[in-house]
Amino acid sequence: MSFKHSAIGSTALAALFAGALYAASVEAQPAPAPKVDPGSALYGQPEGEGAAKLAPVAPPPIPTAADKLPVAKLKVPDGFKVEVFASGVTNARSLRVGDKGTVFVGSRLAGKVHAIREKDGKREVRVIASDLHRPNGVALHNGALYVAELSKIWRYDNIEDHIDSPPKPILVSDQFPKDEAHGWKFIAIGPDDKLYVPVGAPGNINMPPETHAQIRRMNLDGSNVEVIARGVRNTVGFDWHPVTKELYFTDNGRDWVSEDIPEDELNRITASGKKHFGFPFCHQGNFTDPQYGWGHSCNDYEPPVALLGPHSASLGMRFYTGSMFPAEYKNAIFIARHGSWNRTKKVGGDIVVAKLNEDGTVKAIEPFLSGFLEDNKYVGRPADVAIMKDGSLLVSDDYNGAVYRVSYAK
Amino acid sequence: MTWVRDFAAAACICTAVICLAGPATAETMAERLPLCLACHGEKGTSETPEIPSLGGQPASYLLIQLYQFREKQRIAEPMNEMTKDFTDDDLRAYSDELEKLPPPVPPPGSEPAKFEQGRAAAQKHRCGFCHNPDLSGHDQIGRIGDQREDYLLKALRGYKSGERVGYDPAMAEVAQEISEEEIAAIAHYVAHFR
Repeated sequence: MSFKHSAIGSTALAALFAGALYAASVEAQPAPAPKVDPGSALYGQPEGEGAAKLAPVAPPPIPTAADKLPVAKLKVPDGFKVEVFASGVTNARSLRVGDKGTVFVGSRLAGKVHAIREKDGKREVRVIASDLHRPNGVALHNGALYVAELSKIWRYDNIEDHIDSPPKPILVSDQFPKDEAHGWKFIAIGPDDKLYVPVGAPGNINMPPETHAQIRRMNLDGSNVEVIARGVRNTVGFDWHPVTKELYFTDNGRDWVSEDIPEDELNRITASGKKHFGFPFCHQGNFTDPQYGWGHSCNDYEPPVALLGPHSASLGMRFYTGSMFPAEYKNAIFIARHGSWNRTKKVGGDIVVAKLNEDGTVKAIEPFLSGFLEDNKYVGRPADVAIMKDGSLLVSDDYNGAVYRVSYAK
Repeated sequence: MTWVRDFAAAACICTAVICLAGPATAETMAERLPLCLACHGEKGTSETPEIPSLGGQPASYLLIQLYQFREKQRIAEPMNEMTKDFTDDDLRAYSDELEKLPPPVPPPGSEPAKFEQGRAAAQKHRCGFCHNPDLSGHDQIGRIGDQREDYLLKALRGYKSGERVGYDPAMAEVAQEISEEEIAAIAHYVAHFR
């Protein structure tokens, strides 16, 4: 064992960080001595005691036992009810509901994709894919499951008929950068039958290469790639307005500027709007970056339609298209705020609902499901939402490895 | 000195292997725990060289260590062997039970100069920021106060060399900045903290 910090040691460490850590934390990762790596979550950390205490919050390594889940602590508006839908879904992240009712769940740290289904009157959780690299993103189309690893997308055909013995996946594309920082993906298939895939900025704050900080669109076989939005630091959730078909997406703002700015964004891509959303020059639509903003104006970039709180880690979002909830929720957006780490007093750890005006602008952002944050500590962290056929809302919790179901009864 | 350590370690492993021969699942926690305590100390204070005291450790920290042993992310052969067939429920049960052990009792006789040097180094490297000012640890952050000095040395050196991989990067990061001389002083100070 050598006590000196050799070049090899540093590479090995960097690799480990790239894996476990990156992993274990909300955003980026660390660096060996002496300077912080630009891909690290700690990149840009100012001097001082207050800042030194903040770091990404690692989830427990195993899912929480069903009887220890914090479901009794969760609060929803009158008339709504929360229950445990499934436990033992390690590091549950992106959610998708199949035509036959199977719920597919991606993970970031566990390397697995889970399927939750009813079989012989019992709900069971099965692993349908494992040993994947950050399989955060899942999407469904014509019975096929698309799974996004950090730099590859796979397709599992006719998946709901083969839960017990999933088919060998077909490679859709491996043409994505391999950066760990903001490399895990949320994916979705649009109303235009195209696959939408983001590529995040490779670190907290940097001048991204042409290939990063963007949302791409491609054919379902991975061909004909276009960049449809730039200046997107890290979106981990998007969906299409059921009426206007415009794409709305969450975007996570940079860290280490201050406790209170910038806020995470809810954005909208419109035909007439700008296709650059500001990163790294402008944050939250009105704040030029202290380093990269000089010589730039926020007027040159598309502003967000709403702000979602400083460092709140706004991830998965879905328009509500179900029929169970009251009329005021129709076409509103449910947004999972994973919760901050880069803030002394934590923000988020909840589901908020964005209610929209006719023209697609945001009327109000209201709390919907809260209680994951207790005494400035997380007892759970929501990562995504999905709407079931009956109109109830599923919520994934990657901290506890669980999925909850929110239903409404008059 | 070496033979003492080897003997103690061998005795631990023997005890462990003998106990493992029995069916683990049928036993209650009270029956299973002596296996741990044979090496780690019955009252939370380890008497075995380089084997850490477990007293006062938060359950979340213990759970992560047991998980890392099971997954071979942290290497210590007897521990890897012992945890290899543990279920998630086993991991939880052991960590919940071990959390109840009383905090360790430090050995008498610190060296005042080294203790002071260690106090200054611990302050410089902000040990108390995460491990609490009283070094008692919390949540996923281990208790270090009054831990065995030889184990603290081994742990800090392991983090620094990359041999020990934490569950999160914090210790690997800070250890890069700590000199070997500071490691020795910090280990001495922390081990005699009370």
